[in-house]
Amino acid sequence: MTTTQTRTREFLRILRFDRVQLVTHWVNAAMFGVLMATAIPLYFGSFFGVVLPRHLIEQIHLWTGLALPLPVIISLVGPWGRRMRRDLRRVSYWTRDEIMWFKTLGTSGVAADKFNPGQKLNTLFVASAIVVLLATGSMLQWFRFFSVPLRAGATFVHDTFALVVFVVVVGHVLMAFTHRDSLRAIFTGQVSEQWAKAHAATWLEEQQSPREAGEPTAPR
Amino acid sequence: MTSPEPINRVNVGRRVFLGVATVGALGVAFGSDVQNFLGNVFGSGLGGLLPGGDRFRIYSITGQYPKISAKKYRLKVSGLVERPTTFTMADLQAMPVTSFSKTFQCVTGWKVPNVHWEGVQLSEILNRVGVKPGAVALTFESYDQADTESLTIAQAHLPDVIVAYRMLGAPVTTEHGGPVRLYVAPMFGYKSLKWLSAIRVSNVEVPGYWELNGYPVNGWLDGTTGPTNPDPQLT
Repeated sequence: MTTTQTRTREFLRILRFDRVQLVTHWVNAAMFGVLMATAIPLYFGSFFGVVLPRHLIEQIHLWTGLALPLPVIISLVGPWGRRMRRDLRRVSYWTRDEIMWFKTLGTSGVAADKFNPGQKLNTLFVASAIVVLLATGSMLQWFRFFSVPLRAGATFVHDTFALVVFVVVVGHVLMAFTHRDSLRAIFTGQVSEQWAKAHAATWLEEQQSPREAGEPTAPR
Repeated sequence: MTSPEPINRVNVGRRVFLGVATVGALGVAFGSDVQNFLGNVFGSGLGGLLPGGDRFRIYSITGQYPKISAKKYRLKVSGLVERPTTFTMADLQAMPVTSFSKTFQCVTGWKVPNVHWEGVQLSEILNRVGVKPGAVALTFESYDQADTESLTIAQAHLPDVIVAYRMLGAPVTTEHGGPVRLYVAPMFGYKSLKWLSAIRVSNVEVPGYWELNGYPVNGWLDGTTGPTNPDPQLT
């Protein structure tokens, strides 16, 4: 008991993700895993052998894909989604410095926000790609409403985007394993003050002076 | 969103979304043309490198791929025929050979250009067994015990409707429906039943497996669904 208290005094823990964000992340990750795992036998046909009937794999892929946006949407809309909404704005609205950072391919300096511009871009790209995958996947499922060239185009786009997103997600997981403190944050929701100072100093200042950062002043 | 846009910030989120969505929409609209163009310019080899291009997706209703050796293979033809016959592989190979290359087109959008087929015209088999008057349609059965298909007698006599035992210059593989499958060139892939086991000649057309799941009985490649196709280009 005493050790825990000492540690808490030594390393101040900062809340990075609340419980809604943690649950959303892991539900989303699980669904992504199911989608990638079912996509492989669907794409490669018999190469991977047949564990489940193809029809069943198709149904799992279809329904998981259709349901994929739900956790994120649900986490954003309700009164529980305050932090999600704030992070969405954080990811979406960039400062001039961040845009310059992107244009100079990461060589110009930028204030260390909660997420760096690369993380923000990654989030925006994957979210947008999911919308495209959902649209083209729906075209493939309800193909009768589309001409054959459009079906072929939808197949092409669905496969290409899936491949790119697959690579991006693998990159995301590899980055997580090489950044242990960040990885811990997606399990516990917390980071140490030391980590925040080193990697997200601007965000840390915001956290410590909420009013300046435009935090709601009304009681929570 | 409830709060206004933060001062002095740029909505990059909207830009990324619109950019990615535009790329996706252009890909849907022109992806097919791009694939065709690249296929024409560089040959079908390059198309195979693009995701989604020029490659077979292997479908199986049951999840199984029935393995039948060429030696044990039998094709049973029965129903409204003068001489019900069971053909062996040797019987089929002794009959006049028909071969051609066609684009294999799946109803869901993927296609494989220049697939070479070799086999016996279905009309040739029907001539051997002698179709009785009153016959209207054929029912095809598969060794997978699940898939069935149908063709009218007139469709069965089209020159590029064949019982195929060679594909892409080799015996038809198990995953492609070997040793013997149906190949109905002017229609979508689902009409080309795999692992062909039996043909029954009948006085009524019975919709097959995919037709019972909502696909047109007459799945012409140009999208028409009448019993006869108005486009002579297809055959």
